[in-house]
Amino acid sequence: MYETTYHRAESVENAVALLGGADDPKILSGGQTLLPTMKQRLAAPSDLIDVSRIADMHGICEDGNAISIGAATTHAEVAGSDLVKARIPGLAKLAGGIGDPAVRHMGTLGGSIANNDPAADYPSALVALNATISTTKRKLSAEEFFTGMFETALDEDEIVLSVSFPVAEKSAYAKYPNPASRYAMAGVFVARHGDGTVRVAVTGAGQNGVFRSAEMEAALAANFTPEAVAGISVDADGLLSDIHGSNAYRANLVTVMAKRAVAAAG
Amino acid sequence: MGVEGIGARARRKEDKRFITGKGKYTDDMTVPGMGYAAFVRSPHAHAKIVSIDASAALDMPGVDAVLTGEQLVGDGIGNLICGWMIHSKDGSPMNMGAWRALEPEIVRHVGQAVAVVVADTAAQAKDAAEAVMVEYEELDAVIDPVAALEEGAPQLHPEAPNNLIYDWEIGHEAAANAAFDSAAHVTTMEIHNNRLAPNPMEPRAALAVYDTAEEHYTLYTTSQNPHVARLVLSAFYNVAPEHKLRVIAPDVGGGFGSKIYIYPEEMVCLWASKRVGRPVKWVCDRTEAFLTDAHGRDHRSVAEMALDADHNITGLRVKTVANLGAYMSLFSSSVPTYLYATLLSGQYNIPAIHANVKAVYTNTVPVDAYRGAGRPEATYLLERMMETAAREIGMDPAEFRRKNFIRSFPHQTPVIMCYDAGDYDTTLDAAMKAIDYAGFPARKAEAASRGKLRGIGFSCYIEACGIAPSAAVGSLGAGVGLWESAEVRVNPVGTIEVLTGSHSHGQGHETTFAQLISERFGLDMDAVSIVHGDTDKVQFGMGTYGSRSGAVGMSAIVKALDKVEAKAKKIAAHLMEAAEGDIQIEGGELKVAGTDKKLSFTEVALAAYTAHNLPEGMEPGLKEGAFYDPTNFTFPAGTYICEVEVDPETGKTEIIDFVAADDFGKIINPMIVEGQVHGGLTQGIGQALLENATYDDSGQLITASYMDYCMPRADDLPAQFQLSTHETLCPGNPLGMKGCGEAGAIGSPPAVINAITDAIENNALDMPATPEKVWQLCRAQMKMAAE
Ligand SMILES: Cc1cc2nc3c(=O)[nH]c(=O)nc-3n(C[C@H](O)[C@H](O)[C@H](O)COP(=O)(O)OP(=O)(O)OC[C@H]3O[C@@H](n4cnc5c(N)ncnc54)[C@H](O)[C@@H]3O)c2cc1C
Repeated sequence: MYETTYHRAESVENAVALLGGADDPKILSGGQTLLPTMKQRLAAPSDLIDVSRIADMHGICEDGNAISIGAATTHAEVAGSDLVKARIPGLAKLAGGIGDPAVRHMGTLGGSIANNDPAADYPSALVALNATISTTKRKLSAEEFFTGMFETALDEDEIVLSVSFPVAEKSAYAKYPNPASRYAMAGVFVARHGDGTVRVAVTGAGQNGVFRSAEMEAALAANFTPEAVAGISVDADGLLSDIHGSNAYRANLVTVMAKRAVAAAG
Repeated sequence: MGVEGIGARARRKEDKRFITGKGKYTDDMTVPGMGYAAFVRSPHAHAKIVSIDASAALDMPGVDAVLTGEQLVGDGIGNLICGWMIHSKDGSPMNMGAWRALEPEIVRHVGQAVAVVVADTAAQAKDAAEAVMVEYEELDAVIDPVAALEEGAPQLHPEAPNNLIYDWEIGHEAAANAAFDSAAHVTTMEIHNNRLAPNPMEPRAALAVYDTAEEHYTLYTTSQNPHVARLVLSAFYNVAPEHKLRVIAPDVGGGFGSKIYIYPEEMVCLWASKRVGRPVKWVCDRTEAFLTDAHGRDHRSVAEMALDADHNITGLRVKTVANLGAYMSLFSSSVPTYLYATLLSGQYNIPAIHANVKAVYTNTVPVDAYRGAGRPEATYLLERMMETAAREIGMDPAEFRRKNFIRSFPHQTPVIMCYDAGDYDTTLDAAMKAIDYAGFPARKAEAASRGKLRGIGFSCYIEACGIAPSAAVGSLGAGVGLWESAEVRVNPVGTIEVLTGSHSHGQGHETTFAQLISERFGLDMDAVSIVHGDTDKVQFGMGTYGSRSGAVGMSAIVKALDKVEAKAKKIAAHLMEAAEGDIQIEGGELKVAGTDKKLSFTEVALAAYTAHNLPEGMEPGLKEGAFYDPTNFTFPAGTYICEVEVDPETGKTEIIDFVAADDFGKIINPMIVEGQVHGGLTQGIGQALLENATYDDSGQLITASYMDYCMPRADDLPAQFQLSTHETLCPGNPLGMKGCGEAGAIGSPPAVINAITDAIENNALDMPATPEKVWQLCRAQMKMAAE
């Protein structure tokens, strides 16, 4: 790790000020992505602005027909939340399947989505549930927020504060983990919303990160059963290919995980 | 702890310090004035070094020195060597290229060290290492061992034309050919054994301290064999004469073979400590470990098996290309030869065997012994052949094996080994019973109703441990003897220290070795300490690998104990005015048989040291040493059966059940043996399903972190391993021990793969059986079925 200067932000305003005052700062939340990257000497921020203790960025609450989760809320808190388990069980299950217990007790929702790893789990939930992301500057829909592999609409000095997840009528997540890293090789979040629309968001497989399958969404809107998607495959051309799985294999996994997610949603 | 004898499930004495975080590893050692080393490593698989510019690095804060290969060679530091001479079939000696601890001219694998920085802190050293400017001229690289032999392939070493290190053979080619000429059935397979990175939990580390006044070096290091390290550092690398070099291997967090060898980094730390004038510490990080720890396996083989009309095996022919990487590591040459092809007879009567092994250089990290070393490669090849042959001739795989079992001992195989004892029927029966073989078809049908493909696979392994009779290995090319030594030091108050040349890095020697003493004298385990891992304390020793510490290391202790017991009895007989033959040792006391006369062990020990009243002419003291040279290899064997379910939609394999029925000879501590088997099975399952050290065509190691190198985890394993043991005693050593450290890793991979290929009814599967590969085969199978 290169030398860096650590700051613990007391409040959102304080964090914004610290960000503005540093040379080449980075926001630090759970540190589960940023710190390993720094230890491998692949990132060298001059300053770390730790937002993980900011009270306003913590917590899970009901907000009309949505669940709002602070950006500094850990995966373990989401996985263990009675509210989330009752209202959006697929989201609790997703959070409970991220990494291992140590990662889940440090890693945060905000850090995960700001990083937008193409194999991360959360982006699929945000897109399928049509979540809204609140930042220090604005509100963004999930599809506006995730712009590509490791890329988001965030400005350098913009902090994610919370995410609001509309409660779907039915939803579930099915993940096929990469055997080595246990990130998603293919993760599919399906949600049927109150207005009858269905969203199917795929993570882990796409070259540009999370994406939706219009064909599966249409099939499920007509008939919300596993059989409806069994024959639908996504185009392998836009999918990732690496030593763990070719794009053709990932395309297969997307179909299988979609089927399983629909079955789990009931 | 009480008296815990042979066969007791004694709790491990070492666990208190390990579980409470009080273990002392090399990185826990600090000495005043210590600096830190960081290595400048090649980013290329094959390249000429044009220039090295250290000026910027030398100007950085805290930097003491930047040292290069030119200086190392200039100081007379010797090349790293391979200590086992193999001759090709034409009689010529193996072709060994020069390996320098810091390369001055041509780098041959990614991660090879070209310079070292010594600085005040580890971070400063790393920062400065990045600032060392090395200009390279890239050369073509070759990664695939078969391609390396082809004409026009990039050449690694001038000493080894066509990258060929040796072209070796064993067995009788004419006899094997004759068996094939008259065969009723021939089974042929191409079999790859995947490349593995060893991944001990503690990465390598070194702390080198040079004492200018005494002109003496101390090296703390992560070694499985500190005396061998000292010998090699002194005799071949000219670092220092033996009496001026102390090697200490304190607590070591796993080795699996990878810490047998002397690596460039440890040697450079020693040299640098004198040159820079301060103690130098280096701790390997995980990426460096992937790039520089010796890898394991990496064989490409073609095997043929001949059967007669009655399903007897009549011959076996094997051709193997073994990838040894860019340099010949310390024991690398012996692994694909005498540790591999000598086991190709397995548990079976095979009258004629011929094997040819070509060892080749490639632009990859050196390959050497890794848990099992050669025997996993032999077992995987033979046991896949057995299962495949059985399927081809339509015979039950268990019955086919049983039909060909060796049943009379000693049994001379056509490939050097002479098996001394075994009972293969009993372990096969035990395993079949444990897995309920008869109930398999019903379980398969039930799984099918859930859309799962269930399969069962066998592996009847044999391996050779207790390496090995010194004269025998000497005649096969070994540069060292493979005996072991022990000293049993009874203190005046009757407590005992055992100094052993074996080294524990996870095996639990402090417990099992103490059980021998506890059993012999009826003493409390707490009265015994095991001392190992320090060349200043322990007389000498060859270290721990090849499952040798029981069969060889404990045999040396037994011999020393015999001498202590004899002397103690003499003293007791003298003090109690009895005949020596009447003295019995029981419950910590020496008694005169048939009387109530007795002395405690403590009283006898004290008498030996006060020396006020010893038998005429007897030397004072109670301390005896012994060297034990084994008379033969030992031959652990057993049957493993694996039952899997494959999800045809994803290709994922789940191990539902795994049974291991082993014959390890005498067992000292069943709990520790079970732990060894659990670990071995886990590594074998890791090899079969998950692990694969992968280089891309340009020689970059793609799997250089746990994001991509897949280690087995608890949820990759069955909920429980069903273990059992059967004891046929090894006639060759005093305790009848065979060894248990590697069997799990040796026997399990073919059981897993045989089970998967049974489930998917497609045999074209190489390790690791990744979900994608299995899914592809399931699809191919479904297509064929549809057509
Ligand atoms: C062993 C291991 C296994 C893992 N497995 C999985 C897995 O299976 N699935 C999965 O999805 N993830 C996995 N992860 C990643 C984990 O979920 C991380 O927690 C997450 O990616 C990053 O969150 P963090 O809070 O740790 O963020 P940090 O590492 O602190 O930061 C990550 C990035 O986000 C930025 N950032 C952080 N917070 C904010 C904010 N509020 N506003 C704007 N930018 C911000 C940082 O500047 C940084 O660039 C794994 C990680 C590890 C170490």
